[in-house]
Amino acid sequence: MIIQYLLSRYEKTGLAFLIVMAALAIFVPLSNLFIPPSSAFHVPTHVMSLMGKYLCFAILAISLDLVWGYCGILSLGHGAFFALGGYAMGMYLMRQIGTRGVYAHPVLPDFMVFLNWKELPWFWYGFDLFPFAIVMALFAPGLLAFVFGWLAFRSRVTGVYLSIITQALTYALMLAFFRNDMGFGGNNGLTDFKDILGFSVQAQGTRATLFFLTALTLIGTYMLCRWMTITSFGKVLVAVRDAESRTRFLGYRVEHYKLVAFTVSAALAGLAGALYVPQVGIINPSEFAPANSIEAVVWVATGGRGTLVGAAVGAVVVNFAKTWFTTGALAPYWLFVLGGIFIFVTLAMPSGIVGTLQQWAGRRRAGKADEAKPPVAQAAE
Amino acid sequence: MTNEKVTSALLYLDGVSVSFDGYKAIRNLSLFIEPGEMRAIIGPNGAGKTTMMDIVTGKTRPDEGDVLFDRGQHDLTKLDETAITELGIGRKFQKPTVFESHTVADNVLLALKGPRGPFASLFGWRNKVEREKIDSILTTTGLIDHRDRLAGEISHGQKQWLEIGMLLAQDPAILLVDEPVAGMTDAETEQTAALLRDINQSHTVIVVEHDMTFVRALNCKVTCLHEGSVLAEGSIDKVASDERVIEVYLGR
Repeated sequence: MIIQYLLSRYEKTGLAFLIVMAALAIFVPLSNLFIPPSSAFHVPTHVMSLMGKYLCFAILAISLDLVWGYCGILSLGHGAFFALGGYAMGMYLMRQIGTRGVYAHPVLPDFMVFLNWKELPWFWYGFDLFPFAIVMALFAPGLLAFVFGWLAFRSRVTGVYLSIITQALTYALMLAFFRNDMGFGGNNGLTDFKDILGFSVQAQGTRATLFFLTALTLIGTYMLCRWMTITSFGKVLVAVRDAESRTRFLGYRVEHYKLVAFTVSAALAGLAGALYVPQVGIINPSEFAPANSIEAVVWVATGGRGTLVGAAVGAVVVNFAKTWFTTGALAPYWLFVLGGIFIFVTLAMPSGIVGTLQQWAGRRRAGKADEAKPPVAQAAE
Repeated sequence: MTNEKVTSALLYLDGVSVSFDGYKAIRNLSLFIEPGEMRAIIGPNGAGKTTMMDIVTGKTRPDEGDVLFDRGQHDLTKLDETAITELGIGRKFQKPTVFESHTVADNVLLALKGPRGPFASLFGWRNKVEREKIDSILTTTGLIDHRDRLAGEISHGQKQWLEIGMLLAQDPAILLVDEPVAGMTDAETEQTAALLRDINQSHTVIVVEHDMTFVRALNCKVTCLHEGSVLAEGSIDKVASDERVIEVYLGR
């Protein structure tokens, strides 16, 4: 029954992805907590945290693929939504520090005491509550995307122009967040976190739980985006991507579709940021850096745009390569490698890792089907 | 006189002019289409046929003149493409534009008349459309054997038919069909004429076409445009024997 439902909804790649992710979600935390470090099956805490980070990037990548791969909106500012979600979580974690801060102020975070602020700014209200912070992690990026998208899509800003203004958006936010008087900790950002929901963020158990939740959120994100893309909503998105004006002449309000996709995508990116921050222990304005958003585009292109699974695979593969390169003697050359990957993928594998594998599989199946068929004389015209 | 035409015409254009960078593509054009009519529009290249369709469908705004729909109830110059489509004006483009990465069946599905908002598409009826509904349109347009192929893979003539099928699915009050037989074989042309006559049983149709054999096969009132305004109008025989039409378009 369940299997039948899954088969009707997900192609092979999607099913494989769901199975692998579910296995990781269960195996990694359990192995970290209960298998002794001497065993080959033990996943060390730092590896688990690193994987958790990759999975957050995978959520960001899937959210970007929804707008870029399916609707043709090349957002070069998705890092901004990710960072906003991260700040929402960071603000909650700051409020949890309480009197354990350097200045031991019961309400104000350290940086506010340092700046000689007397009161909590209004936009910090409510962030002592976890549910509020999570809602804001979705709502703040969603609202920004909604307002931005409403203005841009209504005036029919498309293509490279839209990409440029999304890039400007994230750059502007970076500059704003660097300022101390914005009230978000300036260039130091938010850090020194202690607790999340009463559990120490450093504790192994908390880390294992965060990994589990991240994997679960990735699965949920994939299922939500997959559902959106296989409904007629998704078909309209693809129609907009391929022939926007034609879609209008069929009577579709193209800007409404773009707006829904963009807003949902931004909220998901924000959720990814919210999961990222407690695992890395810091959020600062450099998360808004334009290069971050461009990297996210490289992940999606590498994995295969318009496949969702490919976006997640690309995020993990490229970030694994990044970790591997930047921890060795090759560290200074990482940006060259990243650029190289992008050029290689664009020229040699335009449909990315997953897209190319699917094409191979499709061709092999077609080849087998031809062999299986008895040779038939060409029908006379 | 004019008022009578406003209240009886499904589509009413009067005194319409538009220019692009000083070039007058349409000059003082007037055209009245009665409900249920089939009208063929002919004329040399640059006569303003496609621009006329652009004006009706909201792609181009006229500099002056009235464009009214449905007995003068709607002023089309104030509406955008989507709103005009929603009123019931469907268009087939000169260059067939179908959604190439969707299957033939999905192209028709997206065109089907019904709520078109994003939430309707996520949760609504368009996800539960019965196969028969799409298949009957594909049968009418002769594409049933290609229903699951990608629209990018079918032949040029089949794309033209798919676009007509999508128009049928939209079920508009009036169909604007721009060069439906361009690039078709003689047999395909004949079938297309039959198809359009069939569609005309229940829809008003405007066809822009160069192919005079095809226009004859449509057997309807003909308007010849030249330099952005009407040169001659009437039955095909009357228009074809008009001195000026022969001069500028048909040739001697």
